[in-house]
Amino acid sequence: MFDFLEGYDLLGAFWVTVKLTIFSAIGSLVLGTVLAAMRVSPVPLMRTFGMVYVNVVRNIPLTVIIVFSSLGLADVFGMTLGAADDFEVKYFRLAVFGLAAYTAAFVCEAVRSGINTVPVGQAEAARAIGLSFTQVLSHVVLPQAFRSVVGPLTNVLIALTKNTTVAAAIGVAEAALVMKEMIENEAQLVLISAIFAFGFVVLTLPTGLILGWVGKRVAVKR
Amino acid sequence: MTSVLYDAPGPRAKRRNIVYTALFLALLALGIWWAIRVMADKGQLEWSLWKPFTEAEAWTTYLLPGLANTLKAAALAMVIALPLGALFGIARLSDHRWVRVPASIIVEFFRAIPVLLLMLFANEFYSRSTNISSDLRPLYAVVTGLVLYNASVLAEVVRAGILSLPKGQSEAAKAIGLRKGQTMTSVLLPQSVTAMLPALVSQLVVIVKDTALGGAVLAFAELLNARGTLAAYYANVIPSFIVVAVIFIVLNLILTTFASWLEGRLRRGKRSTGAVLAAPGGAEEPVAEPGLGKTDDGRGA
Repeated sequence: MFDFLEGYDLLGAFWVTVKLTIFSAIGSLVLGTVLAAMRVSPVPLMRTFGMVYVNVVRNIPLTVIIVFSSLGLADVFGMTLGAADDFEVKYFRLAVFGLAAYTAAFVCEAVRSGINTVPVGQAEAARAIGLSFTQVLSHVVLPQAFRSVVGPLTNVLIALTKNTTVAAAIGVAEAALVMKEMIENEAQLVLISAIFAFGFVVLTLPTGLILGWVGKRVAVKR
Repeated sequence: MTSVLYDAPGPRAKRRNIVYTALFLALLALGIWWAIRVMADKGQLEWSLWKPFTEAEAWTTYLLPGLANTLKAAALAMVIALPLGALFGIARLSDHRWVRVPASIIVEFFRAIPVLLLMLFANEFYSRSTNISSDLRPLYAVVTGLVLYNASVLAEVVRAGILSLPKGQSEAAKAIGLRKGQTMTSVLLPQSVTAMLPALVSQLVVIVKDTALGGAVLAFAELLNARGTLAAYYANVIPSFIVVAVIFIVLNLILTTFASWLEGRLRRGKRSTGAVLAAPGGAEEPVAEPGLGKTDDGRGA
């Protein structure tokens, strides 16, 4: 029944999905936190920049961003991200780039909502002992903010896991692309789809459960 | 504006902020200058590449039909997903185990799966088991994928909307002798709809954005796909991407603005119970957690 699976690297495809998720998660977490810091900073220009970034990027379809990285950045501008002749690596990195740029907008909003949950008194106390804005943010507010947004960030991470399938649009051999190939070439439509659906349930369900538990544990009780 | 994080600036802080502003401005200007330089180097700023967008032909042959298909798929998906979502949302709240459990499983299953997989499956399914013509098949596949995914998201929105109503509502309905079905249709649903409206409008943004998947993977002739044909004809890759991105941004900004206007109106309005669900992130997918409720997602501020 499962003979048709031979000749396809199923685990390899899901491994690419996992790698895409992890790299873009790290990238978007860093970029998103910087954007969130900008959006709450005392400098109006930075606040505006953060706001414009979030509202622009959030409203462009991810597919457009990823296809643009491939056709625009790579083909027209010759952006290779350090992988000039290895096509596989190049498109993988472009996909990570697109996913991170897109997801950062959502991470930024999640972190910012976390900053809003920190009581005003905490920041006031921190300022009263003479901490600067950067110190207030990095020593007092952000550590608490992160602990309270584990839940929303988990949602962003799960969405990111599913969004990695969009990389199929530029030929990155992750799960969705391999599924497309398989259902076009093999007769077992329902079975193949079920396998891939199951794969994504396996990837997202534990993420939700584990991080849900972590979120409850680390949340600051108020 | 005063904030949690910093005081109203005094003279020194004002001076410092001006320095930071100048630095950031310089950095920004440098970035923009660099981007323009690169574009000029690659010949992307030449007027011949941008000229098509000032003429009717590019719009009537490529962009407008693409936009029409995007809107058609989004509207169809919303119209079908909404009642389906409401049905499943209510089914998840049912008193009967045999209704509640299957509905929950279906909703959780379709939420866990990427829309693209659903579209691929639907496309292949239609080509094998039905005789839908191959011109129409991408539209059917895109709408099917969008409906399956968004109906399950909307089911959660509806469920959270109904749960957000005060318990007294259904108790009062019970007290005047309404049956369960009557309580739902004439007391709970109408009220929760006002609470859900902003989240529902925001879900439209997600649907509009996801139609682009069909364009990239299933050759559905929507806006992104139309951009490809346009760029093949005029050889203007970068300008065409910029124009298409702007169209998407404007379209979605109109929808989000409408959603937050609605939210503000409903919050003030006496008709609602005051419970307004936060829109689900306006994201491709980050889904509102029922009960997570009112995180400030920045649109109101």
